[in-house]
Amino acid sequence: MAAVKLIGSPISPFVLRTMIALSLKKVEYELLPEKLGEKSELLLKSNPVYKKIPVLIHHDRPICESAVIVEYIDQVWPESGYGAILPADAYHRALHRFWTFYVDDKLFPSLVAIGKAETEEAKAEAVEQFRAGLRLLEEAFVKLSEGKAFFGGDQVGFLDVMLGCFVVWIEAMEEVLSLELLEEATMPALHGWVVSFRAHEAVKEVMPESGKVVEFFKMIRAMRMKAAADATN
Amino acid sequence: MAEAVVLLDVWVSPFGQRCRIALAEKGVAYEYKEEDLSNKSPMLLQANPVHKKIPVLIHDGKPVCESLVIVQYIDEVWSDGAPILPADPYARAQARFWGDFVDKKIYECGTRLWKLKGEALQEAKKEFIEILKVLEAELGDRKYFGGDAFGYVDIALVPFFAWFYTYETCGGFSVEAEAPKLVAWGKRCMERESVSQTLYDPLKVYEFVGFLKKKYGVE
Repeated sequence: MAAVKLIGSPISPFVLRTMIALSLKKVEYELLPEKLGEKSELLLKSNPVYKKIPVLIHHDRPICESAVIVEYIDQVWPESGYGAILPADAYHRALHRFWTFYVDDKLFPSLVAIGKAETEEAKAEAVEQFRAGLRLLEEAFVKLSEGKAFFGGDQVGFLDVMLGCFVVWIEAMEEVLSLELLEEATMPALHGWVVSFRAHEAVKEVMPESGKVVEFFKMIRAMRMKAAADATN
Repeated sequence: MAEAVVLLDVWVSPFGQRCRIALAEKGVAYEYKEEDLSNKSPMLLQANPVHKKIPVLIHDGKPVCESLVIVQYIDEVWSDGAPILPADPYARAQARFWGDFVDKKIYECGTRLWKLKGEALQEAKKEFIEILKVLEAELGDRKYFGGDAFGYVDIALVPFFAWFYTYETCGGFSVEAEAPKLVAWGKRCMERESVSQTLYDPLKVYEFVGFLKKKYGVE
């Protein structure tokens, strides 16, 4: 019986966040993927409030919400693997947490809006909103990285994990929708960061294959379009 | 030095109040600056260029934004006062989870209670009562959400205690009838100076919302 279990699969960027954290800390765990369209009894019991993945189960106690889980992992295994995920000083911790709020409240919904847009106009608007958000993160990266490879400086830090989990989805959507979202011209620092992030051992170990994410995105798009078509018939 | 800590805020903001309560609990001296949101100060625009919103805590010239980020920052910097977040990792994770729940649910749904009418209002009322019941169940028979000690979740939620009158009046229900333990908890929190000195009279909040309703053309 594994002491650490994680409900979910890395196709979900929120699950991927927690897997990157566990990988950085070299924690062994049992991954329990859910079946698409069905919620397991374990999930419903472990996360009765939201019924969503990821859920970390440690010594039979569930922890929910990806940001909460990553902070928990960092606190429980402080010196393990690569060391601390949250920055050492309180002010930088506040900045990483502030930008995580931004990513979850603003950036991620605009990414979703791109995928869901039903008209060219709506898509263009969502794309511009998303790019504007990335431009803010470009500025934040320059300030926080202080010339180093990551938001956390030399080490992968909290914001690297909280933002980096979307990289493979951004790339998948760029491919399927023939768009450039993370523009090298206007976001050169973030572009460099993506390369460093993807190259990190702990990230490579858990990052899903681009092909799989592309296929998954195509599939849910097709399902959504079919549902919309069925609804209008 | 009191000038080393500045809070940019608006009197009625429950988000700003979270910060005020946390600062009071820690006994931190600070300068309070009331913002006029229809005429935002250059200080605010510079301190929070991303959202241009209050509250912002400025500590030794460095701005911290997002009320729950500020509360955690206060807890970490003034660590010799009583802890706001528990030390135990699991208890801390639970506190963060519930603080996030309050953040996601109360304000958004509560706002719909005074902004909307008809079908949409009934929907909001149903949802809000559900949120109250979830919090009631989580609180159980404990003194505070943190157990015996007043903490993070209490701070995240208690400013909305002054809004219950507004929510129930606009929504047409009774918070006490739906969540009596929660109301008793709110009254217990009000026995703490940090809370009673920070929250405004529910009637004053209701009056303020009346002004907002006129502004948004809700009637």
